[in-house]
Amino acid sequence: MGFTILYLSLIVLIPLATLPLRAASLTWSDLWGTISDPRVVASYRLSVGASLAAASVNGVFGLLLAWVLARYDFPGRRGVDALIDLPFALPTAVAGIVLTTIYAPNGWLGAPLDRAGIRVAFTPLGITIALIFIGLPFVVRTLQPVIEDLDPEIEEAATSLGAGRATVLHKVVLPYLFPAWLTGFALAFARAVGEYGSVVFISGNMPMRTEIAPLLIITKLEQYDYGGATAIAIVMLLMSFVLLLTINALQGWTSRRVSE
Amino acid sequence: MAGNASRLRTHRPPRRRLTEPAAVRWTLTAIALVFVGLFLVLPLASVFIEAFSRGLGAYRSAITEPDALAALRLTFTAAAFAVPANLVFGVCAGWAIGKFRFRGRGLLITLIDLPFAVSPVISGMVFVLLFGRQGVLGPWMVEHDLRVVFAVPGIILATIFVSFPFVAREIIPIMEATGTEEEEAARVLGAGGLQTFFRVTLPNVKWGVLYGVILANARAMGEFGAVSVVSGHIRGETNTLPLHVEILYNEYNFQAAFAVASLLALLALVTLVIKTIVERRAAITESPGDPVESSEWVSKSAA
Amino acid sequence: MIYHRFRTAAVAFGLALSLGLAPAHGQALLNVSYDPTRELYQDFNAAFIKYWQAKTGKTVAIRQSHGGSGGQGRAVIDGLDADVVTLALAYDVDAVAQSGLIRADWQKRLPENSSPYTSTIVFLVRKDNPKAIKDWGDLVKPGVQIITPNPKTSGGARWNYLAAWGYALKQPGGTEAKARAFVAELFKHVPVLDSGARGSTTTFVQRGLGDVLLAWENEAYLALDEAPGKLEIVVPSLSILAEPPVAVVDRVVDKKGTREIAEAYLQYLYSPEGQEIAARRHYRPRDPKVAAKYASTFAKVNLFTIDELFGGWQKAQKTHFADGGLFDQIYTPGR
Repeated sequence: MGFTILYLSLIVLIPLATLPLRAASLTWSDLWGTISDPRVVASYRLSVGASLAAASVNGVFGLLLAWVLARYDFPGRRGVDALIDLPFALPTAVAGIVLTTIYAPNGWLGAPLDRAGIRVAFTPLGITIALIFIGLPFVVRTLQPVIEDLDPEIEEAATSLGAGRATVLHKVVLPYLFPAWLTGFALAFARAVGEYGSVVFISGNMPMRTEIAPLLIITKLEQYDYGGATAIAIVMLLMSFVLLLTINALQGWTSRRVSE
Repeated sequence: MAGNASRLRTHRPPRRRLTEPAAVRWTLTAIALVFVGLFLVLPLASVFIEAFSRGLGAYRSAITEPDALAALRLTFTAAAFAVPANLVFGVCAGWAIGKFRFRGRGLLITLIDLPFAVSPVISGMVFVLLFGRQGVLGPWMVEHDLRVVFAVPGIILATIFVSFPFVAREIIPIMEATGTEEEEAARVLGAGGLQTFFRVTLPNVKWGVLYGVILANARAMGEFGAVSVVSGHIRGETNTLPLHVEILYNEYNFQAAFAVASLLALLALVTLVIKTIVERRAAITESPGDPVESSEWVSKSAA
Repeated sequence: MIYHRFRTAAVAFGLALSLGLAPAHGQALLNVSYDPTRELYQDFNAAFIKYWQAKTGKTVAIRQSHGGSGGQGRAVIDGLDADVVTLALAYDVDAVAQSGLIRADWQKRLPENSSPYTSTIVFLVRKDNPKAIKDWGDLVKPGVQIITPNPKTSGGARWNYLAAWGYALKQPGGTEAKARAFVAELFKHVPVLDSGARGSTTTFVQRGLGDVLLAWENEAYLALDEAPGKLEIVVPSLSILAEPPVAVVDRVVDKKGTREIAEAYLQYLYSPEGQEIAARRHYRPRDPKVAAKYASTFAKVNLFTIDELFGGWQKAQKTHFADGGLFDQIYTPGR
């Protein structure tokens, strides 16, 4: 126990404590001026907005994938199952470079999309795609075990009571999966908000339009503005913290639901 | 969080149960496969296609170049420190949090999760703020001629930070689920505290530990943002593989960049294969059903 | 077993810590530089090692670090043990000097404002110049897309920005207001702001985005070599004289005892050999003889300096690039 807290303090808490410490050297008006600057606010909005969009897409397709992997058998199922974790294991910078190569206006997918009038790379859409990539495993991996543990008797009971398959899925299965789904969604979202490596290559970094919050921290650092960088970092840190508290509360809810 | 005990699931063949009409099944499967193809297979394939775009010789020379080898060595070094350190911590934290109830437990779990959600840029920056020349410990470090950031220790620390939660998060739920009865039984039978821990507690969670180690390792070897901030980018010295990819990319040496990237992708694939094997082994050793309830055989053989 | 492992890890970590100590004996120099000088210093380091061996009989190893100029300056301030810095702009060396690592008079210690080579900003266009871009004025024609990196994160981009500003200012009847309007219009034609000069070149050359790339002269030539026959360089009527500075990091070399070799290293940049290497890598040499020899490879262009039009880097940085400065205002609506 003592060791746990010691190690946690050494590796996580003390380093993170330097942020408020450094910010203490700023006046309130400086701090507020930095974090309410229109450009900074635009970057929060982008980071949060694109992350929400990506988490939503993952929410839909992640659920679908988890369902298909858990319930159906098809050739190559095991391979697909193993591949789900790829975005987690692949370095983010590699992901960024590869996605840019694919979606650039002269890339494999970028070229046909561009002809159709859809710009992906260097737009918020490109950022969203990068975030979908990195968030996917979290939704699938939270849902998959819950689907596998879903007691078939519940579905059978509902069916025997005369419910059609669609009704069973809609009224019985989905509500049962909902807490886990929400956890997966929140995880994908939390990961996406702070993401840097895979996004900088594809984002285009246009102020007010495609500039994400972590990039602004780097920008401030390049200008020797530690105060500003710290201020933005604290806002992001608080966001992560609140998100995690929510996720853990959700998970408590999930496990209670499951054990009922 | 990322971890979930029941993720160590059994790969039992889908049982005959209520299901959707075949047409729906195939449609859903097809959509899922297209999504996987578009978002996972295509990027992976393009890494390898670009890597071999100038033939095998160019590929080999790109990955055997001294700077690439130095980067590979550093990546392994960082992982070799980060993974065992987090393993020890994860087991201790998992035990403390999983087996006991105390005030602030939820908060503690959230704090352990923090490195997962904190932006990698911030993870790197805090170490510069702490150990940098102008940092909190800066003057002291200069005085004693110690170097942490822009040197190997800084890279190791940043790597430990980003791979911090994974082992602990895998173990906590399993520890929670197994409860304390077996330990109590062992104590009653006369086992000491350490003996109980190593012969009862640890074997019960070994698959969770292994799974956590795999995740932590994947994260440790692939980290880019945090390491980039503390590295100093000295060629052949403080560049990890992901940083080396970026450097090659910035030198317009795209084929070599993708060759090194493919090395990282291979490491990722190896990790995924090991993970699948672990899951299978876990499935074999545990009888079907809830995996955490079926660990009696372990404690029996240990007692 | 676990405890044993922990002990091993602790011991090994201690070892790694001691490895992180300053490399002893002063036989290694660390040159912290910006992105586009990779090729230059690759050649130059090899030449200097030979030269130093011949002169003193000693071997020296040169370690290189490259990155965005600002980030590199910050790393040195935060403890990256650079013996010499060779950055993109004097502002970054000033920042290191302000932290006390370099003496304040650094720019006076070496000839030519401590810039052994210069460069300028030119245009890179696609083959046969389809949009007929000849000068700065053509950049803001309808339908022209310009690629430049972000001035907030890239030193080269700041030179781009100031070159455009200076051009507008030097036109007949040019005023600050007109210059601002011109630069604001120019940035409306920019679809992507990469964080560094190298990123922009990749976007332009590899991704095929944009009609014209604003680039360092040496980067433009490098890109020509990378994509032969697909690109052309256009030299504008007027551009800025970019003076990338070099300096010895006093505090570090005095501690490591590498002052002599670090100073010799920078001096060698001014030698005919050093100047030749710079010229071959498309940096404009200062040495008149070398300059004459390579005159044909550098287009004639009228150059103005930053001191002349902007009152030096400190002032330019504050007016244009600091938070809330003119560049931010261009991008922030409603101000």
